[in-house]
Amino acid sequence: MMPLQLLATSPVNLNHRGHYLHWGVIQISVANLVVISLMLLLFAAALLLPFPKGRASR
Amino acid sequence: MTTTAPVASSPVVRAERAPQPSDGSWQGRNREYDLLKEFVVALVVVALLAAGLAALFSSPDEHQVTLTSWSTAAPTDFVATAATELDGTSGTATYGAPYTRTPDAAQKIGPVSLQHIAGVTHPINTSTDFITGPLASLPGDPTVSAALAQWTAASAAQQQSWSGSYDAALQKAAGNDPAKVAPGSYGPVPTMLTGLLRLAQAGRLDGALLLQGSFYQTDYTKPLLFIADGSYLADKGGAEHLAGEQWGMMNETGSYPGQAWLWLYTFWYQVKPFSTSGNADALVMVVMTVLSIGLISVPFLPGIRSIPKWIPVHRIIWRDYYRNTGSSTS
Amino acid sequence: MTLLEDPTGPQGPLRAATWTGRLRDRATKSFPPEQLLPDRQPIYVASWIYVFGVATIAAFLVVLATGTLLAVQGPQWWHRSGTGHYVNSLHLWSVELFMAFMVIHLWGKFWMAAWRGKRAMTWVTGAVCFFGSIGTAFTGYLVQSNFDSQFISTQAKDGLNSVGIGSRFNVMDFGQMLMWHIFLLPLIVGAVVLVHVLQVRRRGVVPPFLVHPIDLPAAPDRARP
Repeated sequence: MMPLQLLATSPVNLNHRGHYLHWGVIQISVANLVVISLMLLLFAAALLLPFPKGRASR
Repeated sequence: MTTTAPVASSPVVRAERAPQPSDGSWQGRNREYDLLKEFVVALVVVALLAAGLAALFSSPDEHQVTLTSWSTAAPTDFVATAATELDGTSGTATYGAPYTRTPDAAQKIGPVSLQHIAGVTHPINTSTDFITGPLASLPGDPTVSAALAQWTAASAAQQQSWSGSYDAALQKAAGNDPAKVAPGSYGPVPTMLTGLLRLAQAGRLDGALLLQGSFYQTDYTKPLLFIADGSYLADKGGAEHLAGEQWGMMNETGSYPGQAWLWLYTFWYQVKPFSTSGNADALVMVVMTVLSIGLISVPFLPGIRSIPKWIPVHRIIWRDYYRNTGSSTS
Repeated sequence: MTLLEDPTGPQGPLRAATWTGRLRDRATKSFPPEQLLPDRQPIYVASWIYVFGVATIAAFLVVLATGTLLAVQGPQWWHRSGTGHYVNSLHLWSVELFMAFMVIHLWGKFWMAAWRGKRAMTWVTGAVCFFGSIGTAFTGYLVQSNFDSQFISTQAKDGLNSVGIGSRFNVMDFGQMLMWHIFLLPLIVGAVVLVHVLQVRRRGVVPPFLVHPIDLPAAPDRARP
């Protein structure tokens, strides 16, 4: 088996029925919720984390 | 440009009240910023992230449904669907444009039906395209051939009477089981549908529906419509949370993230008036078109374009700049 | 033969006489090299939110590269080869990253009101890229040739048919969707991305709502180049 073919068998198996959350009319898969939460987290981090100071231009 | 000299405290002023160059360009202080380095680093990071995520989670590849797998796994659903294709009562047979000329089937936006105006560009006669055509093109069983000959020789009214009564009887039969259909005047219909089931289970119907007289083919409209008319595909999709009323557009098979960016599109299908409207697809399309044009036009929409001024997230983004007293080194 | 005066003669450069020359003059006027590839940015460009534009472009290139790899051995390769499946996974996850970075970039630009100062068309082309990318991703889901494609195409046909689009754009025609996914839509999105980036380079990064007087063109105490 080639190394890349080994990579095709993933250590985390997501090929099982997904988990879904329900709040009234809202239904969302845990996977989508994780993705959206990570995006919001990244956005907040991008706003709040200090940006390294570059050199002032000459 | 000399920009490093510290300057005494200089309060910030509203940009729009300040004299600005006519082309909107920045005339103030700058600092070194290596765009190419930023791009190369981003490219490496994104490539490594994608490689890592792909290695860790792989990607979904749920097996396709074929006419063979459907007719084998759910023969009663297959025959019940075939009966509706034959008597012209299936979803496809009554769809309207672009497949059939069914009156009043097209969705409307107010008084206008764009679906109807666009016309029947992929004409489908479910009876001949899905049932009798494939049966005729795949001879083999003499009893089926005889039944087909009887069907072809009969008048349209006779065909409708046979297929309509058989479809009705099949729906009443326990478990929609063809073996439990009450006796009646069905003509050659039961033999034809049993013959079609055998063809499908033997794997001969998939090719017959796809090719339809052509050697090369890439258009799966007919086999897909036939499969989608049954409840097997719908049940399988429902179990994977892919159905329209399950926010299915943004979901994916298995436990993978799906097209989360379609959240707003799929949202409308969950609420009234769309969730109960016969014109839901057309109405949601209109709403999403208007909203999409709205997003594109944000710079020109009074009110919307002022939200960033009213909710000053910019004070966080530019906090270093606002805080500094005019010295570029601070 | 009539001799004409050299347009770049002693009187100085005149308007170029040829289409080629006029295009060159216009391009160099709109995009002088130091503006096209600047090594300095305004002092306020100091936040991690600024990296999401470039991250989106980086992810777009990874999407294009992995899609190109998938194209080499054709649309069925990934079903029968472990390597092919891994390349498909790379394509999927780079798309997830691309869409996520693009949306975060969009959020950032909204809160900066980045359309100010003659930058409206930059916002417009960016939003068009967003919708173009959604369309491209959608056609990608249609050409996986698995259960997902079957279900998505038989559902999506209703939306497209209801407004007449389905009469010409048939989501159940694998050949047509493959053409749209690997040629037409990437070409359109790629072209609009290029215009978007050029617009950003032309106008520069949008300034803050509030500016220090020292950064205004009229500032008397600011040294001019």
